[in-house]
Amino acid sequence: MTIQPKTVKNEGFSIHTIETKQFKTNQVVVKFRAPLQKENVTARALLPYILQSRTKRWPTTASFRTHLDDLYGATANVDVTKKGESHILSFSVDIANERYLKDTTPLTKEAFTVLAEILFNPLTEGDGFSAKVVEQEKRSLKQRLEAARDDKMKYATQRLIEEMCEGEPFALHPNGLIGEIDALTPEILYQTYKQMLSEDAIDLYVVGDVEHEDILEFCQELLPFQTRPPYENENKTSVQKAESKKIVERQSVKQGKLNIGYRTETVYGDEDYVPLIMMNGILGGFPHSKLFINVREKESLAYYAASRIESHKGLIFIMSGVDPGKIDRASTIIQEQLSAIQEGSISDKEVDQTRAVMKNQMLETLDAARGIIEVLYQSDICGNPFTIDEWFEKVEAVTKEQIINVSKKIMLDTTYILTGKEEA
Amino acid sequence: MEKKKYDQLQEELYFEKLENGLSVYVLPKPEFSKTYATFTTKYGSIDDHFIPLGESKLVKVPDGIAHFLEHKMFEKEDGDVFQRFSEKGASANAFTSFTRTAYLFSSTSNVSENLSTLIDFVQAPYFTEETVEKEKGIIGQEITMYDDNADWRLYFGAIQNMFHHHPVKVDIAGTVESISKITKDHLYQCYNTFYHPSNMLLFVVGSVNPEEIVKQVRAIQDGKSFKPQPPIERHVEEEPSHVFKEHAQLNMDVQVPKCMIGMKASNVDLKGDALLRRELAVNAALDILFGRTSENYTSLFEEGLIDDSFTFDFSQEQGFGFALLGGNTRNPDKLTETIKSILTREAQNSTITEEQLNSVKRKNIGGFLRSLNSPEFIANQFTRYAFNDMDLFEAVPALETLTKDDIAAALSDLARPEKMTSFYILPKEKEESE
Repeated sequence: MTIQPKTVKNEGFSIHTIETKQFKTNQVVVKFRAPLQKENVTARALLPYILQSRTKRWPTTASFRTHLDDLYGATANVDVTKKGESHILSFSVDIANERYLKDTTPLTKEAFTVLAEILFNPLTEGDGFSAKVVEQEKRSLKQRLEAARDDKMKYATQRLIEEMCEGEPFALHPNGLIGEIDALTPEILYQTYKQMLSEDAIDLYVVGDVEHEDILEFCQELLPFQTRPPYENENKTSVQKAESKKIVERQSVKQGKLNIGYRTETVYGDEDYVPLIMMNGILGGFPHSKLFINVREKESLAYYAASRIESHKGLIFIMSGVDPGKIDRASTIIQEQLSAIQEGSISDKEVDQTRAVMKNQMLETLDAARGIIEVLYQSDICGNPFTIDEWFEKVEAVTKEQIINVSKKIMLDTTYILTGKEEA
Repeated sequence: MEKKKYDQLQEELYFEKLENGLSVYVLPKPEFSKTYATFTTKYGSIDDHFIPLGESKLVKVPDGIAHFLEHKMFEKEDGDVFQRFSEKGASANAFTSFTRTAYLFSSTSNVSENLSTLIDFVQAPYFTEETVEKEKGIIGQEITMYDDNADWRLYFGAIQNMFHHHPVKVDIAGTVESISKITKDHLYQCYNTFYHPSNMLLFVVGSVNPEEIVKQVRAIQDGKSFKPQPPIERHVEEEPSHVFKEHAQLNMDVQVPKCMIGMKASNVDLKGDALLRRELAVNAALDILFGRTSENYTSLFEEGLIDDSFTFDFSQEQGFGFALLGGNTRNPDKLTETIKSILTREAQNSTITEEQLNSVKRKNIGGFLRSLNSPEFIANQFTRYAFNDMDLFEAVPALETLTKDDIAAALSDLARPEKMTSFYILPKEKEESE
């Protein structure tokens, strides 16, 4: 089909080039991956922000950002996420393809220079990072974590995960723990950085109008990562509770959030993974799905009611925003939709629609550089169980029986409700 | 059919105005799998006071009706339009802004069938009392969702501070109370007035053949009859140039205070090139003064007054315009005072250098190229520009001709004390009875 990455695997450091003329800018992303764990999650969450704040060559934010602007508005961003129980730090630079500029000086290598500067040349003092930078970024992270709690939709999602996966690494927010920030010193952070550089599994992706050979050369010259032992991290997917859990929390909000978490016992690459994502599509992935039709269109209970898969930990989350007085009703209808699938109540039309929109959604995702990288990375981090082409073949071949079978593995784990203070 | 070539960008844009007045634009992107199409009416939340088609007196319709109408377009006698798109592997959606209502789909197959579905469903209203009543519950939940969203309340709070009468101060979705008054007759009245093809624009971008698309759309339109429509008469009360309130604030269940500073535009009858240049000049000024390359950004960040949630933007439409700057902050008073004084000082005596201006130009040239990676950006922004008689593809050439004087003039017009306002979202006081 479409995306044919050229990949070179060094020990612990893989380079993936996707040569395409589809875009007017070229994107370079480096991803660092380590096990998600309480001991260093907060320090790691801070690192990308410290590193991209300023460097030895660009010792002020202004000088660094001016350099990027002068490179025809190159963008440099960092991102901290988790996939399953892996903690992922991403550094990306997106830069104009000079073919579309009046000034045709080559720019792609400049993106590597910027990344190399961020990753290898941080502003340091003694055995640590610059104390000033660390203080500012600590304050900023604190505020980011607090503000994330102020977004009720995000807050409810994170609270469900915390309650559901209590005691498991997956409960951790990738941005870390607010209570751990104060204890982080420039020295501890620098150690964490050194460890990231020498031990994390690293994947570099380049999407754009580039040549794989040039990319390899740029990497050799500018991003000389040492070899490292292979990445090992077991996602524990099978954690069964004796009894499902229900948490109700009150704040002064007008709309209740009803979020429900299930265990699927199925992760990316498993035999029944594709049936599972089809099942999720039928349940709540789209506007033709059971949740949208029944919770929203038929009962007018919610504006949004949707389900989402966590592909590497084996979870499904259902999220909805409902009037506080109608949470029980919504909860009943939501549970009925899953039961209906488990009992085999799926029409051929639902399967066909879901198949069609799943394929469409994947093709659309692959129409953006970032989408291409995320799709490839999802597969690269678990040993490429199938190619993108095979993904399409599998979606095409899924049967209703397979969908019903995988749905029977799904177990209710935790219901989390955020509701108003008045109604009690 | 007309064709316009943009050599530097290596893009081609096709255009035809159909007999019934519908503007059709096609931008081929052969390397893309998907096609993205928007069908947009120049009708948004601010169009609440007008002379309905075929009548002679002004009417005022309930707040939130344009958005309500957008929701109701998806329901037909034979069911939900989303289903039809899903069957053909398309994903469909719609949105309502202050000045536009857009219906859209994207798909990687069955493009011509999906395009027909898009045009046909938007051109075939079906409203009943029953379906209108049912929608009130759904939109009611949409409204309460936004009511609980501190960032939305911050944004709207700042806008409400700026305007005395202009309907831009009314929340796009209305209130639970205002939508309770909406009837199917209101919906037909608005539909008939604002959904005439001459008030609409179709934009198709993706792996398509322009001739075929235009031929298909022409055939669909030839099969329908539309009476010629006189220009729509909208009414907006005279709006003073100073802000309505200098400050207001709201307590919510948040931990980090939020602060937004607004500046209200005057000369809001600009169109076309003049409007384009105004927007570019103000945005360039804000970027130079508050962007990450600025000394102000560094010192605000170092003082802990802003974090990376800090944003700024200026936009203007026919009849209103504003700049907004702000984000999460420990000290909203100090942030407001600092930003206001930077702006006022700059308006009196511009410090912007040639070097800064050139840097911003380069940044925007690359930024525009990046935007062209996104079919969604192209269709939505092109439409917004076209409704204001501007050309999206002229933005960079216009920017290249901006001078320091243009920027200084734009800012000195905008950054005046009587045109500035601030709005805060503050944490609730600790409640006694927990």
